[in-house]
Amino acid sequence: MGFVVTLLAALGFAIGEAVIGGTSGGIGLLGVFGIVAIVWSVIGYYSGDKMVLAVSGAHRVTHEDEPQLFNVVEEMTIAAGLPQAPAIYVIEDPAPNAFATGRDPQHASIAVTRGLMAALDREELQGVVAHEMSHVRNYDIRFATLVGILVGMIALIADFFLRWSFFGGSGRRRGGGDSGGNAGAILLIIAIVLAIVAPLAAYSVQFAISRRREYLADATGVELTRNPLGLARALFVIASDPQPLRHANRATAHLYIANPRKNKKDKAVTGVFDTHPPIQKRIDVLLAMAHAGPEALTDGAAPHVDEAAATQPPA
Amino acid sequence: MIAIIAIIVTLVVLGIILAAVYNSLVTRRNQVDNSWSQIDVQLKRRHDLIPNLVEAVKDYMSYEQETLTKVTEARAAAIGAGNQGPQAQAQAENVLTDTLKSLFAVVENYPDLKANQNVMSLQEELTATENKIAFARQFYNDSVLTYNNKIQTVPSNLIAGTFNFSPRQFFAAPEEDKAVPTVDLR
Repeated sequence: MGFVVTLLAALGFAIGEAVIGGTSGGIGLLGVFGIVAIVWSVIGYYSGDKMVLAVSGAHRVTHEDEPQLFNVVEEMTIAAGLPQAPAIYVIEDPAPNAFATGRDPQHASIAVTRGLMAALDREELQGVVAHEMSHVRNYDIRFATLVGILVGMIALIADFFLRWSFFGGSGRRRGGGDSGGNAGAILLIIAIVLAIVAPLAAYSVQFAISRRREYLADATGVELTRNPLGLARALFVIASDPQPLRHANRATAHLYIANPRKNKKDKAVTGVFDTHPPIQKRIDVLLAMAHAGPEALTDGAAPHVDEAAATQPPA
Repeated sequence: MIAIIAIIVTLVVLGIILAAVYNSLVTRRNQVDNSWSQIDVQLKRRHDLIPNLVEAVKDYMSYEQETLTKVTEARAAAIGAGNQGPQAQAQAENVLTDTLKSLFAVVENYPDLKANQNVMSLQEELTATENKIAFARQFYNDSVLTYNNKIQTVPSNLIAGTFNFSPRQFFAAPEEDKAVPTVDLR
């Protein structure tokens, strides 16, 4: 987070200094970009969740419409000690997936696809809902929005600067009364390098943050249910389903529990620009928490307990 | 002159820290109390659901009057145990849970009843209520853990001691519950 802010500040300052000339130029441009970022963030912060829900084709449901889903969400609300349950939405899509949105627990919403409700049993659904509510509890949406805004700002500034320096910069520089041509040229080169590198660095940090928060949501979800196998089996079912989610696009993909735009090649290694960790790794982590092997994923309701092993003290 | 200012600033800072720690101790203690009463809310919800369930199955299960009577009596006992302290209350609630389990096991033998919409939705509601009771107890224990940690770790234990914050008890399952239940499938 701090890295992104610093990068943004450095970029703004470097460009300002190179373009307008002098430290005051750097600070001035930093200020302009800062104000734009603040206005942008405020708008995104307060209405972001409504935008996302509209784009995803979700409709709100009540206890009468979906009693089991409603009850599962209420159970997780109690386990988390939240003052009120999030608003519950259903997306009419056969692909199993879910997401949560909202800036804090008082303004949160959870959306679940019809396919998810059909594919999972109560325990697995509970695991998924716990994962989504953990995103809300950890303020992940707020965090990711802020990171996204800052990263977007970096990309925008870099883009703006690169265009400016190629199409108009050199003319202005020669015309303006600048002190010392060499120093100015070096600053310009530094600014251009930063402008190219900064967006890439910022994006890779953003995606790394997203992957970390997914693992965190898995773990804090298990903290709620105390049942790692529920979520592990749910992830297994979701991973086995090849259908991509119709309403998802690149902008909203990071919010879902599993990447909704299914890639043909099943990656075992994390790509730098992946929003989610590989599902197999997430399942492995959860199985390790349960001290269970992969057979527990397809076993039936309750895991086998080896009676002899259970009554002996641990080695 | 500077020494006096330094002393005043230090005292003010210490005072702010003291207030912050005291406030967080109070907040945690209140959360423990709140989560305890939330358990009662869920228990009461279960008491309210049971008459509906008994009504719904009564007509179908004319040969199972004994089971139904047990459920109704256990419910009355649980309501009565409400003012006899947490130990008696927990025990009465466990008895009620057992009678409900027997009732649902019996419902399995009546395919018409099992498929009945009313009964199915009541079963879902009762499952949900059992889960909510369990999660409410879990959250109570989590709150107690956080509170106890805070009053026992340095430095907040100094302030806790000064203002008489005492540790709270965890909710523990009664000994009988720890035995693995046997399910008779005959």
